[in-house]
Amino acid sequence: MAQSAYLPTVAIQDSAVLDVPRHSALVRVTHWIHAASFIVLVLSGIAILLAHPRMYWGETGAREGPSLFDLPLPFVLDVPIRGPGRYLHFLSAWVAVLTGLFYAASGLLTGHFRKNLLPNKSDLGVRPILKVASNHLHFKRPTEEESRTYNVLQRLSYLTVVFVLFPLIIITGLGMSPAVTSVVPAFATVFGGQQSARTIHFFVASFLVLFLMVHIAMVILAGFIKRCRSMITGYASKKERS
Amino acid sequence: MTEKSDGKTEKVSRRKIITTGLATVAGVSGLMVAAKIADRHGLLAPDHGGILGAGEALTYGAMRVLTAHHSMAREFNRSEISKIHPVNGPHPKSESYQRMANGNFQDYRLAVDGLVARPTSFSLDELKRMPSRTDITHQACEEGWSFIAEWTGVPLSYVLNYVGTQPHAKWAVFHTFQTDWWDSLDMPEVLHPQTLVAYNMNGDDIPLDYGAPVRLRVPRQLGYKSLKFLTSITITDSLKNVGDGQGSPSPAAGYSWYAGI
Repeated sequence: MAQSAYLPTVAIQDSAVLDVPRHSALVRVTHWIHAASFIVLVLSGIAILLAHPRMYWGETGAREGPSLFDLPLPFVLDVPIRGPGRYLHFLSAWVAVLTGLFYAASGLLTGHFRKNLLPNKSDLGVRPILKVASNHLHFKRPTEEESRTYNVLQRLSYLTVVFVLFPLIIITGLGMSPAVTSVVPAFATVFGGQQSARTIHFFVASFLVLFLMVHIAMVILAGFIKRCRSMITGYASKKERS
Repeated sequence: MTEKSDGKTEKVSRRKIITTGLATVAGVSGLMVAAKIADRHGLLAPDHGGILGAGEALTYGAMRVLTAHHSMAREFNRSEISKIHPVNGPHPKSESYQRMANGNFQDYRLAVDGLVARPTSFSLDELKRMPSRTDITHQACEEGWSFIAEWTGVPLSYVLNYVGTQPHAKWAVFHTFQTDWWDSLDMPEVLHPQTLVAYNMNGDDIPLDYGAPVRLRVPRQLGYKSLKFLTSITITDSLKNVGDGQGSPSPAAGYSWYAGI
């Protein structure tokens, strides 16, 4: 008797906690729109890069002159996607930037960044960071409790992506545009020139791809289906909804 | 419990379908109205059609608003002129071009016609006697390479004032010695002070491979808009019947018509 009275209480308590969605609708919708546009940006970006896989520093650079470095890739002008690739790159850039601006503005207004992404002061020490890193390096699967919030490394990397890498890739992209730099020359000059902006654009894109790969690896480690479900429906598991 | 909540879900989803449908209709008609308004204000690129064109329409519209006040392309010092000027496609090998080049372009004429009061053909000397402008500007190929050079020429706006462009003109179409290389510009770019009919590069006549005798310089756009080997300029109020209607052969090949990107 005592047992049967005890169990339902725990169940109710548990579901009450779990009924709070893991991710808000805003985060879920912008996450998937961004995911799609980012993949298109990367593929079309590679197609554009293959036309001239050489990087320079400063204002100018040409195949006949010195380079900063040469990527071990062939010069391919007629990649099938390259033609539409340029259109696709700009179309998906618009989608990504508008979604990103919407996400950033709402994140600031709703306190999403402050509540969910700003690390707790107590977590910012060397030891807590090393502990999370060590968990990751030992491929330790997070507990349900742990996956209800972001750990300090997640918070720091998400904040870096949102507030450093995304602004940087947008500005270096604009720094390559002769029309934009006619209005804001600093978008090119602050990096040392149009070619420097192109090179930094390439590096930031590479960092973002690296982030995506680690991100997917972590999602797989934490339970791919559960984590994907919580990013689609908002809830980590089906049962908890009823 | 279950039945009730199921019924509820169904109602919501039906309402959702109706609102989504209404939103789609409103969205599509809203877009059509937006396109009409944008077109009236010269904010619609000729290659705005289709899904791919949607990004192009946004880019062109945004850029035209952003650069509305004749923003000036960055200019450089003489010391920054590049030592290497790559050539993307050498000069035409056609007999007519060769003959003209052998005669030092004495027989060259640049025809300006279309919606103008006085259609005129200019010789090279006549162009050189017009007021000139010299700019040291950056030119980037969409492929990724770039160089800085000094260009001297007559501002295109001066040539068009000279022939008297009609007020409803919207585009200038450019043809070259290479019949498959043609392009067009909108009036904001045509009338921009740095848009030149250039005949001089780094202090000398433009070398053959760089566009002799006369080329366009459009420093606020990527290199492929700076047409080489110019032969004619036609002013028009519509690009619909020019080529495939997208303003140049570039969009069909996957390169946006507007290259201020």
